[in-house]
Amino acid sequence: MTVNCHIVSTEPGKDNPTVRNHFIIALAGNPNVGKSTVFNRLTGMKQHTGNWPGKTVIKAEGTFYHRNRRYTLVDLPGTYSLHAGSADEQVARDFICFSRPDITLVVSDATCLERNLNLVLQVLEITSQVVLCVNLMDEAKRKRIQVDTEKLAQELGIPVVGTAARSGQGLNRLKNVLGDMVDGKIVTSPRCVVYDQELESLVQQIEPRLAIYMPNWVNRRWVALRLLEGEFNLLNHIPHNALMDYPRGEIKEDGALCLL
Amino acid sequence: MSAISEQKIPVLRELEPLLPANEAVIKDRIVSSIYQQAEAICRQAVKTGKPPVNLDARLDGILTSRWLGFPIMLLLLALVLWITITGANYPSQLLAGGLFWLEEQLASLFMAWGAPAWLYGILILGVYRTLAWVIAVMLPPMAIFFPLFTLLEDLGYLPRVAFNMDNLFRRAGAHGKQCLTMCMGFGCNAAGVTSCRIIDSPRERLIAILTNTFSVCNGRFPTLIVLATIFMGALVAPAYSSMLAALVVVGIIMTGIVVTLFISYLLSRTLLRGVPSFFVLELPPFRKPQLGQIIIRSLLDRTLFVLGRAVVIAAPAGALTWILANSFVGDVSVFTRLTSWLDPLGQIMGMDGIILMAFLLGLPANEIVLPIIIMGYMSAGSMLELDSMSALRTLLLDHGWTWITAICVMLFSLLHFPCGTTLYTIFKETRRARWTLLALLLPLILGILTTLLVNQGAGLIKL
Repeated sequence: MTVNCHIVSTEPGKDNPTVRNHFIIALAGNPNVGKSTVFNRLTGMKQHTGNWPGKTVIKAEGTFYHRNRRYTLVDLPGTYSLHAGSADEQVARDFICFSRPDITLVVSDATCLERNLNLVLQVLEITSQVVLCVNLMDEAKRKRIQVDTEKLAQELGIPVVGTAARSGQGLNRLKNVLGDMVDGKIVTSPRCVVYDQELESLVQQIEPRLAIYMPNWVNRRWVALRLLEGEFNLLNHIPHNALMDYPRGEIKEDGALCLL
Repeated sequence: MSAISEQKIPVLRELEPLLPANEAVIKDRIVSSIYQQAEAICRQAVKTGKPPVNLDARLDGILTSRWLGFPIMLLLLALVLWITITGANYPSQLLAGGLFWLEEQLASLFMAWGAPAWLYGILILGVYRTLAWVIAVMLPPMAIFFPLFTLLEDLGYLPRVAFNMDNLFRRAGAHGKQCLTMCMGFGCNAAGVTSCRIIDSPRERLIAILTNTFSVCNGRFPTLIVLATIFMGALVAPAYSSMLAALVVVGIIMTGIVVTLFISYLLSRTLLRGVPSFFVLELPPFRKPQLGQIIIRSLLDRTLFVLGRAVVIAAPAGALTWILANSFVGDVSVFTRLTSWLDPLGQIMGMDGIILMAFLLGLPANEIVLPIIIMGYMSAGSMLELDSMSALRTLLLDHGWTWITAICVMLFSLLHFPCGTTLYTIFKETRRARWTLLALLLPLILGILTTLLVNQGAGLIKL
């Protein structure tokens, strides 16, 4: 079966790195995979890390410089999926989707990669600018688990870097890959999750009709799938007209709970 | 499809005929497709050898076992507190000695300059003495307690605690994750309240927010540890004193947990009725702790942060207390007027007006409650030098403290209004003044009732 994967290629400034020298990287991943450790290692910041799920509830930001470029790293809450079931999942999803980071760096746990890949595949449905960091490679080795990062990169169609963030291993390579990506030296061809025939045909019908209702950068295949799931709230975050838009990097913070 | 019929969004109007009704089924199909493909990719890229002996699983079997889970938990807590109390004593005295030697030097410097008495009063007797006290008494316990607590956190013990407690929380009608937010509250209630965002259902999240203040926070630990050391420790032979003191603090913490469960139960049966939702808690692998990191992080992030907050607030509070105590209306100082007005209420709660005043003035930060109590007593006449725990004990005894007073102060420290920062955070998270008000009144009323009961009960059986 052939499937049209509309991965959104973005606005003009983005593909021309000589124009911009400052890039935003979203840091996503399952809980407790060492995301905050990667964050601290990259930014040299000292955000408190703890060995328990759900430690990072709010977004944290930090900057680092590499090869004369400035990067702002946004540490998103750890989530298992992007289904927007809870406030932290929604924070992560909305940022990846609507704040349009230049790169989404997904950190995963080498010792239980399969579960982690669910999130990776979901992120790939939203954006093509993804780098996968397979963290805790040292621990995987101890547990006799071998992760073939090259094979993984091939399968996913995105760069994959193995790291052991606690000892700093692999982080320089990670920075180089991020740099190559914003320079346009790496072109991704992300793997697209293919659904059953009935779903795909529904998506094919819905997707083109969305075009006039939202700006071009919104991934319409992804929106179509969410609408099929009945997640209509999503539409409140998207400008309702193809010609209307809001600047990138901005999003309404909506973490608080509202009761009647 | 009620959301569609609202017709607010034009795109939905157009798409409505295309969207099938079985959203839940579609969601499942989407999720299972993603899972299948993740599995397929893993088959290609991951090779699993024969795993070595799984120590983690064995350790988990013990730490989360039905019979050993709770005793181990209590034992670890008691051990951490015992190490803290035993270890903090000596450095405390050393620090106090040094700081009060410095006070004498400063005093003679003021004399030499011929500074006016009121300036000496505000700066030395007010600001400096409060600060010296805060540092001498609070720094050593924090510098020992926080690294130990961070060590447990880094090892991955906290999720095991949550696992052990899950059943209790569910029976109380609350969410199992509330145990994690409760643990976060042991660090700081404001952080604990924010961390309640990990709970999906608004009902359970509110319960977690409203009960977070029952976790003894960093700002209150030093008060508890000091009072337990000087009053409870003195009840038994010196050899056992720090052990008993540790157990008393464990008792207060456990009381907090019981109250958390009890209030969660009440709320989930009255104001916030509903069925607890299920969740999956992942037990992360035990990790080799990074000792250097732990010490640096816990000292900088926690110890210095709490101390800094205490100092920033204690300095002006010290000055204010001194001014209040030294401005006279008639021949009675303003401070005495205020505290004697609070005194009757304080007395029936097993405390006195000065203590209640200290809790009120300590609204911005719980750290300064004990320093204000001391300021209050010292300004009320007996100007002794506080150079050790025993001097503090004498001061408190001189003002009519018994171990019942100490218990009541500790209980009231556990059960009174949340600190200003926490209240503000609760308001930010709930966006409702009435939930914030409830978060203030609930523990306060509970605290008044509890101390009242303890004090009257102790009076009845003539302890």
